[in-house]
Amino acid sequence: MELQLLWVNPIFVKKVIKRTNIKYNFFTINLINKERECHKEMNKWAWLLVLVVFFTLGSAALAFDPIPADDLKIGFVFVGPVGDGGWSYMHDQGRQAIEKAFPGVTTMYAESVPEGPDCARVMEQFVRNGAKLVFATSFGYMDQVIEVAKKYPDVIFMHCSGYKMADNVGLYFGRMYQARYLSGLVAGSMTKSNIIGFPAAHPIPEVIRMINAFTLGARKANPDAKVKVVWLYSWFDPGKEKEATKALIDAGADVIGMHADSGSTPQTAEESGVYVIGYNNDMSSYAPTKCLTSSVWDWSTTYIDIVKKVVEGTWKPENSWWGMETGIVKLTSFSQDVPGEVRALVQEEQEKIINGTWDVFWGPIKDQNGNEKVAEGQKMSDQDILSFSWFVEGVEGEIPVSQ
Amino acid sequence: MEMVISILAAAVRSGTPILFATLGEIIIEKSGILNLGLEGIMLIGALTGFSVSLASGNPWLGIIAAFILGAFITLIHGFISITLKGNQVVSGLAMTIFGTGVSSLIGKAFIGKTIPGLLKTPFPVLNRIPFIGPVFFNHDLMVYFSFFLVVFLSWFLISTRIGLNLRAVGDSPRAADAMGLNVNRIRYLAVLIGGGIVALGGAYLSVAYNKMWTESMTAGRGWIAVALVIFAIWNPTRAALGAYLFGGVEAFQLRLQATGTSIPTPLLLMLPYLLTVSVLIFISIGKGKGILFGAPASLGQPYFREESD
Repeated sequence: MELQLLWVNPIFVKKVIKRTNIKYNFFTINLINKERECHKEMNKWAWLLVLVVFFTLGSAALAFDPIPADDLKIGFVFVGPVGDGGWSYMHDQGRQAIEKAFPGVTTMYAESVPEGPDCARVMEQFVRNGAKLVFATSFGYMDQVIEVAKKYPDVIFMHCSGYKMADNVGLYFGRMYQARYLSGLVAGSMTKSNIIGFPAAHPIPEVIRMINAFTLGARKANPDAKVKVVWLYSWFDPGKEKEATKALIDAGADVIGMHADSGSTPQTAEESGVYVIGYNNDMSSYAPTKCLTSSVWDWSTTYIDIVKKVVEGTWKPENSWWGMETGIVKLTSFSQDVPGEVRALVQEEQEKIINGTWDVFWGPIKDQNGNEKVAEGQKMSDQDILSFSWFVEGVEGEIPVSQ
Repeated sequence: MEMVISILAAAVRSGTPILFATLGEIIIEKSGILNLGLEGIMLIGALTGFSVSLASGNPWLGIIAAFILGAFITLIHGFISITLKGNQVVSGLAMTIFGTGVSSLIGKAFIGKTIPGLLKTPFPVLNRIPFIGPVFFNHDLMVYFSFFLVVFLSWFLISTRIGLNLRAVGDSPRAADAMGLNVNRIRYLAVLIGGGIVALGGAYLSVAYNKMWTESMTAGRGWIAVALVIFAIWNPTRAALGAYLFGGVEAFQLRLQATGTSIPTPLLLMLPYLLTVSVLIFISIGKGKGILFGAPASLGQPYFREESD
């Protein structure tokens, strides 16, 4: 019994270490081995100590030397083609902003890189070509970023929209949900059937968060509004996005939101004569009369800020989650169909968010089944917001059970 | 009933680009040339169709231009496989990569633009037939053209002399040669016309279906068509069934989600591929026993006239 218990412990320690993303090495094993000889009661405290030691070691991050702009090569990994007119397009605009702001900097990019093992190869290729900073711009690159970053500790990796960090891996993202909430206000005000359709890419926390914020906005403006979600299981497939939009319109939706990367959804809405709320960039080019507004990214400030830190040598692994006040997310100008009182409502809510007096995921918030998840006066932590796995009240759709 | 009609109409609509590509590939493969470049040719067709429609304001000019350019691009593959007798798999894959790359490069200028494109034109009289009308005859003219093409090719491949010659060249080029047929000329013609029809599938996407251009907008439909040729056992009618099945499963699962029914969607999406694999197993077993179904016997093999057995 005692032997078994002692034997289990190192594995547990390894697991904890793995979860907290700290490298464990022979030192740990030695400590653990030594610890096996200890007394049973001592044992519990001993491995806690080991953990504490490694937490402190892990957080003592390496400082990176300043890199002169002329020597700095930056690699970008894009999940879609830069010409998708959406997500990757906006990141590429950010890349071009870096080139303008730092004339000496060289940037490289790889587009349409699938999430999964393939992207590790692309990132390693960038490093071999001399990149000192790599931007991985999609959630699904997360494990590969950590894996490659371990191999090249002197290269800085920035991962967009993920949640795993390391000594040389920082995170960056914008609080798009704030703009989403505001666009939800518009959608809720404009629907007559009280059904808002929402074709969405993949059931992952990022997308779920967007749908939730959008729904909270829609129901703030119109408590009877419902948001119907259809999963596309693809970030980019104009044909599929079109069919999903049609399916939602058939199901009674008269305003369409979206979270996918092409302009197919707004175009289909325009064709079918229903309103649409765009995402990523201004979608009014695809839906000139029906696009009410779009919630859009503007990555240039973020990218310039990160590159500046790298050039000055002040870069640290941080989780930067920028809010609406920095301009990273915003709404495009309203279509003429949006009445004055709706604009005023949006303006009012936007001011609260920018002043920091209120944010979208402050209680009370109920889940789909009407159970209270966040009580009045409570705020959801960033950690909880980043790992959303449930829909708020008013969403019609299911989150497939993950393995 | 409304729902069934809407799903079936969506199946026809979203199956049409795949159907064009499959029909084109059937013509090419019937002559004995394997062409894995569908995805690339479709993309070139999509870009040509869109850009010419945008510049001229006439969607039909775009579609015709896509046919012509698609035919000539496929000719590169034809030259490598017929005249140079190169490896058709490698050449086909190169066509895909080339088409994807070149269309993204040139297409940059057309991103974010839209065209009125091809509008829905209900087929007179036939669209009033209950059920059949809204499902099949409430689309644009390209969809009706694809129906015509299915019927025409079914007749052409089986009942005409030229069709017979085409099949002879694909099954046994040596025998066809001995009969006095010009094997290379027939193969080149098949590649030209087939390639053009494949490109029509792409043009349908950008001119009639999505009415816009985005990079890689075919999103794998070319590969589905490669699988469909096998699924259809090189038969145009079955190709139509297959294309609508692929399109229909997609439309069905999206509508299921919109109405709130929960069937695991990956399971549904897997179904057509599962059928394709079963057909492939079926064909392979048949091949072992000397039964060929519709498969061209010398598919993918270059023909050397001088070689003796």
